[in-house]
Amino acid sequence: MRSNLENLIRYRGLIASLVARELKARYRGSVLGFAWSLINPLLLLIIYSFVFTTIMPNETEGVKPYAVFMFCGILPWNWFATSLSDAAGSLIAGGNLIKKVLFPAEVLPLVSVLANMVHFFLALPILIAFLLVSGRYPDPLDLVWFPIAVLVQLVFSSALALMLAALTVHFRDIRDILANVLMLWFFSTPIIYPWFQANVQRFRWLFNLNPFTHLAVSYQEILFFNGPLGHWKWLLALGAFSIVLFLACYWLFDRLRDSFAEVV
Amino acid sequence: MTPAIELTNVTKIYRRYTGRQFSTLKSALLQRSLMRDLQPSETFPALTDVSFTVPKGSTYGVIGRNGSGKSTALKLVAGITKPTGGVVRVDGRISALIELGAGFHPEISGRENVFINGIMLGLTKRQIQERFDEIVEFAELREFIDAPVKTYSSGMYMRLGFAVAIHVDPDVLLVDEVLAVGDEGFTHKCLDKFSEFRRRGKTILLVTHSLNLVERFCDEALWLDAGRAQTHGDPKRVVGAYLTAVEQGEEQLMVETTARAVESAAPPGADVPQPQDLTTNMFQATEGRWGSREIEITDVVLRDAAGQPSHVFHSGEPLSIVLRLRAKQPTDDVVFGIGVFNAEGVCCYGTNTFIEEMNPAALNGDAEATFAIDALDLVEGTYKLDAAVHKRDGYPYDYHRLLYTFRVKSRTHDVGIYRPRHKWTFSSNVQFLQRDDRSGS
Repeated sequence: MRSNLENLIRYRGLIASLVARELKARYRGSVLGFAWSLINPLLLLIIYSFVFTTIMPNETEGVKPYAVFMFCGILPWNWFATSLSDAAGSLIAGGNLIKKVLFPAEVLPLVSVLANMVHFFLALPILIAFLLVSGRYPDPLDLVWFPIAVLVQLVFSSALALMLAALTVHFRDIRDILANVLMLWFFSTPIIYPWFQANVQRFRWLFNLNPFTHLAVSYQEILFFNGPLGHWKWLLALGAFSIVLFLACYWLFDRLRDSFAEVV
Repeated sequence: MTPAIELTNVTKIYRRYTGRQFSTLKSALLQRSLMRDLQPSETFPALTDVSFTVPKGSTYGVIGRNGSGKSTALKLVAGITKPTGGVVRVDGRISALIELGAGFHPEISGRENVFINGIMLGLTKRQIQERFDEIVEFAELREFIDAPVKTYSSGMYMRLGFAVAIHVDPDVLLVDEVLAVGDEGFTHKCLDKFSEFRRRGKTILLVTHSLNLVERFCDEALWLDAGRAQTHGDPKRVVGAYLTAVEQGEEQLMVETTARAVESAAPPGADVPQPQDLTTNMFQATEGRWGSREIEITDVVLRDAAGQPSHVFHSGEPLSIVLRLRAKQPTDDVVFGIGVFNAEGVCCYGTNTFIEEMNPAALNGDAEATFAIDALDLVEGTYKLDAAVHKRDGYPYDYHRLLYTFRVKSRTHDVGIYRPRHKWTFSSNVQFLQRDDRSGS
């Protein structure tokens, strides 16, 4: 296990160049190139703004403008969800490497997570611009928590990515199941509705069991709401849980590793 | 000195997972068989108890039929798969030319792919920077290096893959049948590169079907058959043993082909219409048997130099064709004929006793006719045989059309139908290197 973690550090050059390749290849041949990483979230945000201010105005106290509030949770969620669905297919897509080259397989799901993290970062300026325009100035002290939240999410996503990648090699239908699970997960996380709503509070213990609740709420408190981060204990607890989960998932991945070259 | 590669009693068992298509996660969860389904249920031994040692600085060839475990052995040495039993030990940095350009991304340029591929193979960015020009030069892709790899031809793709892999500068180079990657010129360049590796004392493990290459290049060879080491040692001896086994396999195949052809041809007494025009029929390579059977060909046997029945012959060796006959009534109107056809259906040679102006006086009961060839001067290939007994006017007693198959083997891959006995001579200013001259490029 320890040597595995050391190897991960050794592979950082490989991981970095694969992430760069992933990003380059994604927009290669498109006219606007990297601008799409900005345009996509921008368009989405404009649509949400239009829907929630003009068509179906949401006047919930404290969450105005509603579209910007939602966006604080949707961006990290998109990173999470696309990471997992990319990671689930990563070993199969990279079968050539695993079968024909001496290649550390764990690199592939991690590259999926990291490449999507870069997309998340690229979309942040849009979110920040909207926050400022709508008069929501994040508290500088709160912003210290932002990298921590990102780190927790990175470890949590990587853990699930490793597990899903390893299992999908053996059970191809995970990819289809995953799409549905992610949909359900999205709606059961306080992203498009605020977590302090009465109906959410009534089932609070249930929401607390959902790890992504704590990430979404943390991001919302850090970026959108004024005042200090009230959720930090939960965030740190999730961080500790994620590390344990990561080790467990890596162990599982390692157990199944030898079967990859044969089954992929 | 420690050997570069050492395999000790290595066994590799591939697992087959039964009911793969039904084994979905849902059913696994429902039947609580998740862990059980991840266990192998059926196994297939790809290598069984294989041991061999490759000393540092030597070139080692692995030969064998398809599916004999050659590539598995290479993957074990490369560390891509782990042995089920036994120990694989490798000393030094490995580069595996197993699949060239594995991991190239089609959308990005050749330049970027060289960097990423190099990093995958264990180089640092600096090292690639230093070797970049050499790599591009070797791959002959100077003008195209900034084009996306998806626009490359398959030859260009392979050349680039080969160039990167060979410039990793490994201590141990694993090569799996990749010399067929480019045109003639590039193949020579690859062979030169291998020679250079040998000179610099690097170890090469070569898996190939090119026996010629093994004999020319390798210090030692291993022959794998069905996952077991048959023999290893001097390449010439190993290749010879392998070729003998291949011939035996072919012999078996020929015996079966012939038996099937004779059996499916018309049984005696069946009313098979005789082809209207034998001359046009001559050029239709369809098997068959017809005739009145007043004289019957009961058996056709091909004999080699030692008089043993065989179906595989070497070019230049003697061959005897023995027709066993049974005449149901005495007759003097009989012609024996033989025809040899190649795989394209071209008649290589045909003759009969009438053409050669032999007049039999009488034939009765069981008899034998032998057509002996002193030297079978045919090029390598599969040949079919006509054997016939008929009257002088062509009325067939028993005509066996292309029922007998035999194979001619040759170490020289010359072409055509017939190999005239020949010899080359040159004026004194033309000289040739020895065939096994290894320093030659």
